[in-house]
Amino acid sequence: MTLGVVVFPGSNCDRDVQWAAEGCLGIQTRFLWHEERDLSGLDAVVIPGGFSYGDYLRCGAIARFAPVLQEVAAFAERGGRVLGICNGFQVLTEMGLLPGALTRNQKLHFICEPTELRVQPGSCSWLQGYTSGEVVNFPIAHGEGRYQADPELLQRLEDGGQVVLRYCSNPNGSVGDVAGLSNAQGNVLGLMPHPERACDPATGGVDGRRLLASLLAG
Amino acid sequence: MPLFSARVLVSLRPSVLDPAGEATRAAAARLGVDGVRKLRIGKAVEVELEAADAKAAQQQLELLSDRLLANPVIENWTLELKDDITAGA
Repeated sequence: MTLGVVVFPGSNCDRDVQWAAEGCLGIQTRFLWHEERDLSGLDAVVIPGGFSYGDYLRCGAIARFAPVLQEVAAFAERGGRVLGICNGFQVLTEMGLLPGALTRNQKLHFICEPTELRVQPGSCSWLQGYTSGEVVNFPIAHGEGRYQADPELLQRLEDGGQVVLRYCSNPNGSVGDVAGLSNAQGNVLGLMPHPERACDPATGGVDGRRLLASLLAG
Repeated sequence: MPLFSARVLVSLRPSVLDPAGEATRAAAARLGVDGVRKLRIGKAVEVELEAADAKAAQQQLELLSDRLLANPVIENWTLELKDDITAGA
């Protein structure tokens, strides 16, 4: 089991993911610099949080054109498991791997705090370690996490069981309390909260462990 | 090759909340300008582009606007293309 961790200029959660996976769970990781095109030998890929390419223009808008992401898109297309956390979620929406967009928080503040989330795993392979309706606590840390989708799209996502993570107390104005989304196939997950920061008991809870540990199941 | 000048205006779609615009509107009132009923913030992108002709320039700029400068999920864009500016350059 090897987990690829994408590193853009401006990524700042790549090492958190490495520690959560390798340090806490013993999952081998390999950093993928943004110019990398070789994904061979990887079982899954994480696009971590941060400010890719400075988040100029829009969050994730420049990252979308990174060589490594052309390969990640093909990897996801083949059914490979891809996880986008925070900036990684923004990147996944800009790439079109997940629908909708992440916009400026309703009250403009950058919010950094523990957040309760309700999990509806459905067919999302990353969330099979959680029970339906379970409430978990992951920290959030973002200024642009307000999920935006028109009512028809949101309804389609709800009907398809793709709204897999919801805020119990909506911090940023996201429509439908959306905190995380899966694609229809269940192999791609994007979420604004940081499961990798909820893996080491030294820095808080361990609710995030089961998300990464799903890589070890089956 | 001819050089074209363009301005692309990117605005949030009307249905999308603009908290930055709302905050600025509140500041306008504090300045004493209290008649502001709407204030929404977008982007103006100035581009100079080399292309074979105006039609090619238009095509390239539309691609640029739609696929990079704006995110059609949340934003609209308009394009103002000026004539070949090579002579004046």
